[in-house]
Amino acid sequence: MSACLDIANLSAVLPNGQRVLRSVSLSVQPGEVRALVGESGAGKTMIGKAVLGVLPSSVRIVEGDMLLEGEDLGRLQPKARRTLIGARTALIPQDPLTALNPSRRIGPQMTDRLVRILGWSGEKADMRIRQLLDEVQIRDPERVLKSYPHELSGGMRQRVLIAAAFAAEPRLIVADEPTTALDVTVQKQILRLIAALQREHGTAILFVTHDLGVVAKISQKVSVLYAGKVVEEADAAALFAAPQHPYTRALMAATPRYTDPFASLKPVDEAVLAGLAAEIAAADLAWRRPHG
Amino acid sequence: MDRASRRGLSPRLWLAGGWLLLALLAAIFAPLVAPQDPLAQDLMLERLPPLWLDGAEPGYWLGTDSLGRDLLSRLIFGGRIAFIVAFAAAIAACLVGSTLGLIAGYFGGWADRIISRIVDIWMAFPPVLFAILLVAVLGTGLSSVILAIAIIDWTRFCRVIRAEAMGQSRMDYVENARIAGYGRIGIMLREVLPNVVPSIVALLSLEMGIAVIVEAILSFVNLSISTDDPTWGGIIAEGRLSIHQAWWVLVFPLITLILTVLSFSQFGEALKARFDPVLR
Repeated sequence: MSACLDIANLSAVLPNGQRVLRSVSLSVQPGEVRALVGESGAGKTMIGKAVLGVLPSSVRIVEGDMLLEGEDLGRLQPKARRTLIGARTALIPQDPLTALNPSRRIGPQMTDRLVRILGWSGEKADMRIRQLLDEVQIRDPERVLKSYPHELSGGMRQRVLIAAAFAAEPRLIVADEPTTALDVTVQKQILRLIAALQREHGTAILFVTHDLGVVAKISQKVSVLYAGKVVEEADAAALFAAPQHPYTRALMAATPRYTDPFASLKPVDEAVLAGLAAEIAAADLAWRRPHG
Repeated sequence: MDRASRRGLSPRLWLAGGWLLLALLAAIFAPLVAPQDPLAQDLMLERLPPLWLDGAEPGYWLGTDSLGRDLLSRLIFGGRIAFIVAFAAAIAACLVGSTLGLIAGYFGGWADRIISRIVDIWMAFPPVLFAILLVAVLGTGLSSVILAIAIIDWTRFCRVIRAEAMGQSRMDYVENARIAGYGRIGIMLREVLPNVVPSIVALLSLEMGIAVIVEAILSFVNLSISTDDPTWGGIIAEGRLSIHQAWWVLVFPLITLILTVLSFSQFGEALKARFDPVLR
């Protein structure tokens, strides 16, 4: 059985030659949740964007392969690639405020995609959307479908986006810090919803987050990223029981404990970061040599 | 919905819209509403003051000019040209400018660089001088005036719409549409365009006001249309010569012009607020 998503040796550079992704390899099996953890700027979001084909134009992929259900995205013609990505993947974005078109009502925005991309009839798409809105526990679908995005709360908008992501039954969903922009009280509900829908639909998720607490709750596999490099990869349970890499250990130590709210926040250990920097510099040097 | 309709009833929209409607209807039905023939000269009736002053004649509401022509009738007929120019020139400028602005803002890269450079060069010319030059080249006449204003003022639309489209293109919903597999042109028209429409509408109304001014300026310097037909700018130019004997020939067309231009810009602002789903 081929993996849902298989990334091998993916490197990307900025115009100034700086590497933002350093030979990243990871795979997501069908129906599995893989968390991508790391600090901001570690390249988590960049990996998601690379998979979905929406990297900023300044970032260039210089090596590596991305296989979506066995199809090599790099070998496909742009149009075929877009069609494949459109049909098999979806995004749950970070900021529900800007992820919905402010000048269009929710209903047509959601059904449009099913009708135009998957060629469904309007009626079928409408039924499907209502079913999904029910699954994300929206109790008054009539009102929501007729609303403009600004008329809904942040949590409601994120529910709508989750429903939209699952509506077309994608094989892979990239969830890019889907709870970060939300109220803490809403975060938990949204996380539960995503987990519930994921189980029910059997969708593989690449879950980008910086929150180890979230990782523990939702994912089976974890890749820890630092400066665009995967420093540790493990089963979630194994990772939390016995983190192998010093950076992972430092990251866990830096996570605030709700059991001890008066302990001060700890930064990631400097010695660990220095060790990592040296490791990365050496790897970059070795990487550049064969490329001139 | 309640809030939307209340905003729509703002006094600003009513006053501006009311004046524009009144002026527009008067211009359309000019032969019916004008009390006199705007071209009929009668030296016996020269420089009659407005109706409420001593020495006025009934039927000449705002008085007459130095050739005895009825001022109100001339203003009403002048409105025809003002509105034709306003609508035609503003719509032409809007179509060209918004299209190029949308392309530059959404596609970026080379398209943006080329279009933006053209806009920069275009805007280096002083607009009124540019207009006079253009009309001198194109020849006087209604269509040349319209063409000249459109040629000069498309940049106004282009710059604003480019900036708006650029901002919208960075939004996540555009990225989301890309992921879903929409084509770039489809995204531009279906996702980005509806979000810049409020700005286009506001600018369009503003531009109509500007077109009225430019037309008045051109006719003031006698470069608009044939001198027989009354135009607001032309009447102002004549009024200037007789300011000491008949101030009303200068003052009333100026008031008409100012009210119209002001109404266009206010109307645009109010429309923008109404069209914008986030503002309303």
